[in-house]
Amino acid sequence: MKIVVLLKQTFDTEEKVVIENGVIKEDGAQFVINPYDEYAVEEAIRIKENGDAEVVVVSYGPARVEDALRKALAMGADRAVLIEADHPVTDEAGVAEVLAKAVEKEAPDLILAGNFSVDNGAGQVAPRVAEILGLNHVGAVTKVTLEGDDVVVERDAEGDLERIRTKLPLLLTAQQGLNDPRYPSLPGIMKAKKKPLDRLTLSDLGLGDISPRTTVTNRYNPPKKEAGEILQGDIATQVETLVKKLREEAKVI
Amino acid sequence: MQGRALILGERKDGKLRQVTLEATSAAKKVTSGEVVVLLLGDGSDASTKEMLGAYGADRLLTIEHEALRHYTSDAFMQALRAAVDHVQPEVIVFGHTAIGKDIAPRLAARLGAGLISDVVDIVEKDGVVHFVRPIYAGKAFEERTIEKAPMMFTIRPNNIAPLAESAGRNVQEETLALEIKDLRSMIEEVVKKATSGVDLSEAKIVVSGGRGTKGEEGFKLLYELAEVLGGAVGASRGACDAGYVDYALQIGQTGKVVTPDLYIACGISGAIQHLAGMSASKVIVAINKDPEAPIFQVADYGIVGDMFEVLPPLIEAFKKIKSA
Repeated sequence: MKIVVLLKQTFDTEEKVVIENGVIKEDGAQFVINPYDEYAVEEAIRIKENGDAEVVVVSYGPARVEDALRKALAMGADRAVLIEADHPVTDEAGVAEVLAKAVEKEAPDLILAGNFSVDNGAGQVAPRVAEILGLNHVGAVTKVTLEGDDVVVERDAEGDLERIRTKLPLLLTAQQGLNDPRYPSLPGIMKAKKKPLDRLTLSDLGLGDISPRTTVTNRYNPPKKEAGEILQGDIATQVETLVKKLREEAKVI
Repeated sequence: MQGRALILGERKDGKLRQVTLEATSAAKKVTSGEVVVLLLGDGSDASTKEMLGAYGADRLLTIEHEALRHYTSDAFMQALRAAVDHVQPEVIVFGHTAIGKDIAPRLAARLGAGLISDVVDIVEKDGVVHFVRPIYAGKAFEERTIEKAPMMFTIRPNNIAPLAESAGRNVQEETLALEIKDLRSMIEEVVKKATSGVDLSEAKIVVSGGRGTKGEEGFKLLYELAEVLGGAVGASRGACDAGYVDYALQIGQTGKVVTPDLYIACGISGAIQHLAGMSASKVIVAINKDPEAPIFQVADYGIVGDMFEVLPPLIEAFKKIKSA
């Protein structure tokens, strides 16, 4: 069985996001595997460990993404593909078009991806890839069980849990709670350096210029929220003041 | 724009969700054309119809089918494609909900269309519609435009106000027959885990706990407070990682982003990744023992104190108000 994991490299969630003249400043920022994609990598490796599978991680982005792919290889993935672009398109339709082409070449039985990326946050790319490839998908899964060709998954639907039976080939997106990703071991890191990492260009995939369907016209930081007031007095007084202010000043109760 | 708008309406426990009324309002911001609300699964009742009319919908389209009672991407795609063929919309709006965010990208891919997700505001500049959406969970914002129709977008609950109610407005009703086939997903079971009826992302009041709750005992107080206020309970990553509550409750850059009218943070220090998920709430209350906790920098009202001492009298005070 072949598993492809779609992976994006993102800012660490502890990073501040600073925008200057509409451009997000990247210098000095710590980059990580998008946390939701990390669950997908971990799940693919667990499936491999419980049976027999080849795990291929695929990403579209600038050269720095190699670090994230090497980490996935160190965790236990077998091979990586980087579709390299200095300025990858931001429009989700374009990203999905590129990734779908690369995935199609791999002809996997199972595609795993994150539920959304912590930077752009749209959650569009994975379902779009499934649609382009004519595959079924289930989003936000918290448990995956393979039973032959059948796949039983649990999906988080706004707090409720849905148990769904479906079949391979299939695309799943990983929700928090699916697993607890491992740290790469030292031997894993050493091995990862020698694992194959293919670099492709858009023309290698037979793609010309990607024409985006949406355009970003502006980016900015929100106005800084001003600190409010710390209530004074003993606890009974503070509670009384808070209730009064919520009713009369903020009018939310 | 003057073309028709199609909205994927949603119901919960038979009642129309607020986000559907917000989507109707959003559609009216981008087109002066007819607004059609699509409801899938069961037929509609008189009160749903009345409500849709009062909040701006012109037409209600229903597709009744057993396979649409519960969401699967296969069945919903077939229904949406039939509805798109029938209505020929130039604008398609979804709530950024479990269903909307899952199906909208597939439909967009099928239609070769652009889609803007998680929209919190719509502004017109020089005759061009710009959609405002958070990125990095609200650490920043971006504005986007869509090049050509159909203009598709999902809206974040609680951000775009519904239109003012105009009672007695008439809605045309129409039913579309559909054969649904080749389903690849089968729902075996749905386990209701959400304890109260209020969904976290749509709740007007969120009571949230961190490591300071010290576990189940602390969360019991939070649930009690949420129940009195008719709100939902959330949690910080610390509380989820410690195993106090399910990850489904996590608020932050990983987890959910919430924008309620009132957010009460109890025993949460306010790590940057948590602040990203809640700092756009309209009013924030922080209760924390540590006066230096970063949560106080975004709080409108802060109480420096032990939540185990503050919450019991606070719950009593709210109970008094609610029963008055």
